[in-house]
Amino acid sequence: MQKRKTIEERVFRILTGVACYSLIGILGYIIFIIFNKGFSSLTLDMVTKLPSGGYYYGGEGGVLNAIVGSLYIAGGATLIAIILGVPAALYINSHLIRYKRTQNTVRYILDSLWGVPSIVYGAFGFTLMIWLGMSASLLAGIITVAFLITPIVIRSFDEALSTIPIGLQEAALSLGSTKSQTAFKVLLKQGFSGLVTAILLAFGRAIGDAASVLFTAGYTDLIPTNLDEPAATLPLSIFFQLSSPIPAVRERAYAAAAILTIIILIISISARYFAKHYSKENIK
Amino acid sequence: MLTALVLILLFPLLIGVALLFKSIPLLNADSIVNLLFSDNWAPNSGKFGFWPFIFSSLYVTVLSFIFSAPLCLLAAIYLTEFASARLIRIMHPVIDILAGIPSVIYGMWGILVIVPFVGDYLAPVFGLNSSGYSILAGGIVLAIMCIPYMLNMLIETFKSVPYGLKEAGFSLGATHWETIKHIVIRKSRPGIISAFGLGMAKAFGETLAVMMVVGNIARITGNPFEAGYPLPALIANNYGEMLSIPLYDSALMFAALVLFVVVLLINLVFRYLIIASNPAKV
Repeated sequence: MQKRKTIEERVFRILTGVACYSLIGILGYIIFIIFNKGFSSLTLDMVTKLPSGGYYYGGEGGVLNAIVGSLYIAGGATLIAIILGVPAALYINSHLIRYKRTQNTVRYILDSLWGVPSIVYGAFGFTLMIWLGMSASLLAGIITVAFLITPIVIRSFDEALSTIPIGLQEAALSLGSTKSQTAFKVLLKQGFSGLVTAILLAFGRAIGDAASVLFTAGYTDLIPTNLDEPAATLPLSIFFQLSSPIPAVRERAYAAAAILTIIILIISISARYFAKHYSKENIK
Repeated sequence: MLTALVLILLFPLLIGVALLFKSIPLLNADSIVNLLFSDNWAPNSGKFGFWPFIFSSLYVTVLSFIFSAPLCLLAAIYLTEFASARLIRIMHPVIDILAGIPSVIYGMWGILVIVPFVGDYLAPVFGLNSSGYSILAGGIVLAIMCIPYMLNMLIETFKSVPYGLKEAGFSLGATHWETIKHIVIRKSRPGIISAFGLGMAKAFGETLAVMMVVGNIARITGNPFEAGYPLPALIANNYGEMLSIPLYDSALMFAALVLFVVVLLINLVFRYLIIASNPAKV
């Protein structure tokens, strides 16, 4: 009996351990494949040049249009998400702090919104776009992606804010500040590291998402100079090049994927760094 | 501040209404039961039966669940019960990065690794012929994409089990694993079910990665080595031509509406389960 117990214990300890380490293995394998494939065709031209004529048949050029387009869309969408999301998250944690039920309902709805697939946002953005009489453009892409990432900004900022001790707010209120002043001067400052993490998280999601911009941002070989021009994005550029029958074009898709992966890694690592860096001065 | 919040809370309503509005022409042309369960898909002659797509979606989702759920459960147990502090420090960024990798990258990795693996190695083992672009490949890629999502929720759940309960288990002479099996897992059952449900919802709505490896042929087949055509892929693949065929745009918006309703419902139900089973948090 005792023996059976020990064996079972040992078997499961190993089994769970294997499962855990295999995750590290999977990530390593994915990144290895992407970089291994990508770096062999990654040249300076890829990141500094626009696609020239015949690029999609293996001609000269790079994916600068897609890199810039992605940064524009992700940047614009993140800006909108901050403008909408920061006050909303602050409101949940200042004005609603005494109304736990409402607070929880709001969080419940936002969490569920987070789960909505991006293709649905894409279809919705497309509908909205036609309604407003717009064509596929930078602006339409930005708005659609903003819809997608605003719940993310709110909920992850809100998670950070909810850990702030209520005594801090009470102290501010007792000194005569209004709830909004408390929110913007105390909560925002105290939760700043959380905000940075939330923004980077949302930015990463925005830059990597393809399904939502598929309908709305269009595609172009040029860098958009105006909000009503179409814009290329990095994920879509990878996707289109990957479906090409020409090997040289597919090679470029690998390189573009390596670029995108590097961007995502930088975002992920800097999010961790900022979260640590900015939380040092917080009142504990 | 309140305006911003109210505006955002109106999102789901707005999305639902907009998509519903666009699908009305299709709903007028055919009954909803017919649309969902007919397998006659011929947009050019005005026949829109979504069953092959819904079936494919369900199939890849279930497959991905079968692959990812046990792995996540075991890994979550290890991370919350056995792992050293150092491993946990390493695992946090690993999970974050896995979650942050864009779906197009997963799709590309799937094409480079999983598709040849399924086509050249796995299918011959079963004596089958497959190009590799198959429901199985879609299921595997999806499984990996869902792992960080499920794993995070499972870790949260296991962490919330009070330590006193575990101590009680130890004090009765239970081994560590027995404590986990009888106390930790039992105590967090609602959380586990929710994490699994939400993971499946994510798999159900995932678009690009699946579309790149699943083959995109509309038919109903029980063979995982054959190609499938999930609902999100249908929307993404056909947006270009949808304005040139009558009712086609309405059909695609209806597909998006189905996705939206299904995923939102799953989310609402399972998240409610989490809240209801965890009174301490309310």
